[in-house]
Amino acid sequence: MNTVTLTIDGQKVTVPENTSILDAAKKAGIDIPTLCYFPDQNIKGNCRVCVVEVEGSRTLAASCSTPVNEGMAVKTWSKNVMNARRTIVQLMLADHDEDCNECVKNGVCELQSLAQRLNIQHNPFKNILKPKPIDTSTPSLIRNPNKCVKCGRCVDMCQETQQVGILFDAYRGADSEIVSGLGKYLSDAGCILCGQCSTVCPVAAIYENDETDKVWQAIFDTSKRVIVQTAPAIRVSIAEEFDMLPGTVALGQLAAGLRRLGFDDVFDTDFAADLTIMEEGHELLDRLQHGGMLPMITSCSPGWINFIEQYYPDLLPHLSTCKSPQQMFGSIAKTYYAQKIGLKPEDIFVVSIMPCTAKKYESGRPEMNDSGVRDVDVALTTRELARMIRQAGIDFTALPEEPFDEPLGISTGAGAIFGATGGVMEAALRTVYEVVTGNTLPSLDFTDVRGLKGIKEASVDLDDVKVNVAVAHGIANAKKLLELIRNGAADYQFIEIMCCPGGCIGGGGQPYRTTNAIRQQRIKAIYEVDKAMPLRKSHENPAVQALYEEFLGRPLSEKSHHLLHTTYSNRQH
Amino acid sequence: MVEEIINSHGIAEDKLVPILLDIQNSNDKHYLSEDDLKQVSRLLGIPESRVYSVATFYSFFSLQPRGKYIIQICDNAPCIVNGAYNVIDDFRHILGIDMGQTTPDGLFTLEYSSCLGCCSHAPAARISGELYGDLDSEKIKSILSDLRRR
Repeated sequence: MNTVTLTIDGQKVTVPENTSILDAAKKAGIDIPTLCYFPDQNIKGNCRVCVVEVEGSRTLAASCSTPVNEGMAVKTWSKNVMNARRTIVQLMLADHDEDCNECVKNGVCELQSLAQRLNIQHNPFKNILKPKPIDTSTPSLIRNPNKCVKCGRCVDMCQETQQVGILFDAYRGADSEIVSGLGKYLSDAGCILCGQCSTVCPVAAIYENDETDKVWQAIFDTSKRVIVQTAPAIRVSIAEEFDMLPGTVALGQLAAGLRRLGFDDVFDTDFAADLTIMEEGHELLDRLQHGGMLPMITSCSPGWINFIEQYYPDLLPHLSTCKSPQQMFGSIAKTYYAQKIGLKPEDIFVVSIMPCTAKKYESGRPEMNDSGVRDVDVALTTRELARMIRQAGIDFTALPEEPFDEPLGISTGAGAIFGATGGVMEAALRTVYEVVTGNTLPSLDFTDVRGLKGIKEASVDLDDVKVNVAVAHGIANAKKLLELIRNGAADYQFIEIMCCPGGCIGGGGQPYRTTNAIRQQRIKAIYEVDKAMPLRKSHENPAVQALYEEFLGRPLSEKSHHLLHTTYSNRQH
Repeated sequence: MVEEIINSHGIAEDKLVPILLDIQNSNDKHYLSEDDLKQVSRLLGIPESRVYSVATFYSFFSLQPRGKYIIQICDNAPCIVNGAYNVIDDFRHILGIDMGQTTPDGLFTLEYSSCLGCCSHAPAARISGELYGDLDSEKIKSILSDLRRR
């Protein structure tokens, strides 16, 4: 590797060639402010906040997009740099809805913290914002163009990483703006509501539809039994909201925190994940044995469902008919559990804590009311839960570890790994293998399907029947598998697709600024959770076994079909 | 129609601008309808947002229906110093519309244009591709009545 030596603020630095000035400065211990720059994304160089002086250069250079040269002399702080950075941010503020107190990003806004860091205490530029309508057309995401700084981070996410291609720049010069589809509201633009845009937006131009007040109202209403379920991915990300390191497992604290908030039953979506494996595993066996549509594709991820319904509706018969764990939980909580505690479904309020914005849409789908009422009343994101914990004055870091409640809080390691890409596949294989062969698995770890590689493959021998499986995460990778299926070139029997990069641990409702490095940490943590569980196979979950004995009968029974399975619609965009 | 135009250019992303131009020129209202953009997106396999981005970036594309005759008045410096504002006012008064609007009979649309390259005949305008120079009130009246008789 060739290296380059340059001087930054009088300090000699040696870095690999083609390193940006920004990264070289980081190595020298200098933190240049940025805005449009985001790890893992293309270099955009459009905000100019990171400008520096390069000796011999007529103009200031954007340090994110300028590679280092041998002998280059860079000044990251000077009168020119200070004035330029300030002016740039002041101009942005002058075209920004500056109502910061009533903004969802107050305190976590990158524009706000830039203004603070650059010590901007007044703005010579008058605010010239022409307010545009706020897009509240979907139950998942709010898009407020009046907050947008046109950094392009959401565009990069939507066009390059996800390749759904909804958000893009339109118009020109001072009129330029980020639009969705043909200048439409998100509901009309073919958006799949994955919310990845909202995890990279530095301001409040696109964010989750906050429904915390609905949950408070239910909690404060003493006539309601308020049940909470929490998705596998939350236990490895919620700690980040309280300044703990990415990869911190906060399982017991999470249960304790939910109990302190006033939820009557603190349950676990991992239980429903185990239940999903029972249904989906048996559905796969049924399709293999009876010539059903193969490959079968998982159906846990609502962003993925939104994608296939709108863009590949011809492939809908490949989808497993299983509801997602969130929805299975809702219908079981309001039927089986309701009977157990002697309440009617309408007296129960089910809240789910999800790493996901598309879950809000899923829970509101009209068919998701098999208990007779809406099965899941509100789906909150990780970020909203953190907001509630802060609101209630709970010191999350000081919480003791508490268990989840029984019976719907009992789960296995197989349920936990649903949160990571490859996890549903691995959990399904653990169960399907043992059900088919009647043997105990020699090793529970299917490591081929783990990790951040875009598409992963594995083969499993089930009593002399070879089953080929594939796993994709992120829509760009999913598309590759879908094209193979369309062209009849997919030699797989079972495919797991997760909408978000990394799976649910990288979901659109997770803490802001999720990077690939953070995804790796959360994945590592979720396999630690799995390893630490006394039970690691879904079919060994005693609460799931009891549910079948007392209520459902067996997997794929009539009752299971009614409560745990669903149908999909062709919503071709 | 859209399909024919696309086939004549070939299904390629880099043909987007000529395809959109041909579609716009192929209809009496000289614009790109939402349906046109959707078809182009689907047939070329380009996200709608990207087609929209190109169609809104270039001023020669219109997403609003326009008149049979598009009057583009140059508003660059040489035309302005030679009385382009009077020309603009004359057109507006005679047609009873503002810049960017179309007459209710669907005949005329008024637009600004960048330099048309005939500064020696400033103030100038281009009407449906044809150049008109040394414009004054009399000339404008006769141009418009000629066009109306066509």
